[in-house]
Amino acid sequence: MMTRFLSRNRHTVQRLGFSAITLVAVVTVIPIVGTIIFILFKGGSAISLEFLSGFPHDGMRAGGILPAIIGTLYLTLGTAVFSVPLGIAAAIYLSEYAKDNQWTRLIRIAIINLAGIPSVVYGLFGLGLFVLFLQFGTSILAASLTLSIMTLPVIISTSEEALRAVPQSFRTVSISLGATRWQTISRIILKEALPGILTGVILGLERAAGETAPILFTGAAFFLPRLPQSPFDATMALPYHLFVISTQVPEMPIQIQYGTALVLLVFVLTMNVIATVIRSRARAKRQW
Amino acid sequence: MNKIIIENLSLQYSDGTESLRDVSMGIRQNAVTVLFGPAGGGKSTLLRCLNRLNDLTEVKASTGRIMIDGENILDPKTDVIALRRKVGMVFARPVPLPLSIRENIIYGLELAGEKRKSKLDEAVERSLKLSAIWDEVKDRLEEPAIALSGGQQQRICLARVLALQPEIVLLDEPTSGLDPISTGKVEAALAELKKEYTVILVPHSVQQAARTADHAAFFLTGELIEYGDGKTLFTNPKQKRTEDYIMGRFG
Repeated sequence: MMTRFLSRNRHTVQRLGFSAITLVAVVTVIPIVGTIIFILFKGGSAISLEFLSGFPHDGMRAGGILPAIIGTLYLTLGTAVFSVPLGIAAAIYLSEYAKDNQWTRLIRIAIINLAGIPSVVYGLFGLGLFVLFLQFGTSILAASLTLSIMTLPVIISTSEEALRAVPQSFRTVSISLGATRWQTISRIILKEALPGILTGVILGLERAAGETAPILFTGAAFFLPRLPQSPFDATMALPYHLFVISTQVPEMPIQIQYGTALVLLVFVLTMNVIATVIRSRARAKRQW
Repeated sequence: MNKIIIENLSLQYSDGTESLRDVSMGIRQNAVTVLFGPAGGGKSTLLRCLNRLNDLTEVKASTGRIMIDGENILDPKTDVIALRRKVGMVFARPVPLPLSIRENIIYGLELAGEKRKSKLDEAVERSLKLSAIWDEVKDRLEEPAIALSGGQQQRICLARVLALQPEIVLLDEPTSGLDPISTGKVEAALAELKKEYTVILVPHSVQQAARTADHAAFFLTGELIEYGDGKTLFTNPKQKRTEDYIMGRFG
């Protein structure tokens, strides 16, 4: 009698617990879905061919946002050019070559701290180093380099994790068959870690694409009548453009603001979806 | 003839686990030499010295010499890549690389710079036949090696080593995860192997040791207790400790 009561009671408690956890999970989803629906609702009407392929005019109050889209694309690519090879190389060093000593611990602490620096500080650093000291000027180059430094910690730590997840036995076997360390890495380890590395790269670049503060002083332009012609030109960019039309332009039509936000959101979410697809495909294919 | 001569080999790992104490022995060419004894006795450590795989582990101290064909392979100047091609190793758990069956077999050869398809194909067929698995996989060489059963994987791993045409083959409990039928196939392959190679086996049981040994060495806590002709050692051990272990009184 007593035990039956207890077990029923326990069952109820368990159900309550599960319900609570489910509720919390749902609550975390609400802001994301809410934001997307809200922006889609408010900005959807602004999206047209002209909006995506035209230049802004009438003091940005009309026309399109093409230069901002292209600019963000350039900045993202520029960031990838610097941060991807450097980040993966650093991850390979840390995971495959570095011994666990004070030196590598120092590097790790530096990386963790790099990830914790506010993005506006990166902006100022980029202004000091790339724009002024190295005289790149306010340019795509300087902005890309600044974004690269900000993105590096994400790429390094996710890539290192992906490399470490590859079973140690692959390394032992490969070495025992007469491979050098580098042959082992290039032929086996990198291939197996690639999906994880790509996920980290995309997530890092996605963050770079959406940042305003680091490009504020280093490469972003308020308005340019033509598309940038070289890495030394300044550029418009979606997040900065959004900031400008939301705060600096009086009597701005509200649907253009939301339309711009929608394009930025789609840009970033697309990268996110690509990362998710890569990861889940690799997971399904993986055999260890 | 002795292919390998181990002289006063001592070794300690940094973490204080398994070690070797003053081991000296000669290992015969074209024979199966079995290293057996309870876990932690130093058998695997000795194997991993022979192809310098211990370079990957934190070793605190090691002294002594290992002469293979008259050269001390523990010398820092040794070309370890060449050594590992000459001294192949099969591990306890089959580890197929995440490649196709064929790519697994030719992995070492390609690294060694062999590009000719005819040579590679020849090596694939020869080594798979020698490992008694050719008939089972000849029509599916392009499939991933991981898709095979554990017993087949282990014979693929053996073939992968043989493809390099090593002179010495080290086997570290190669049948520990296999069913009796697969074990029988691997043991049968061993009997073939010794015609061409020097085989050193850490067996997964005393029974396997007795079945396969031409020569047998009994290791206990890092020391070589008794070493001799296989038949004699298993039927008529000289040392009390060897006898106790063989009779199953400890271990």
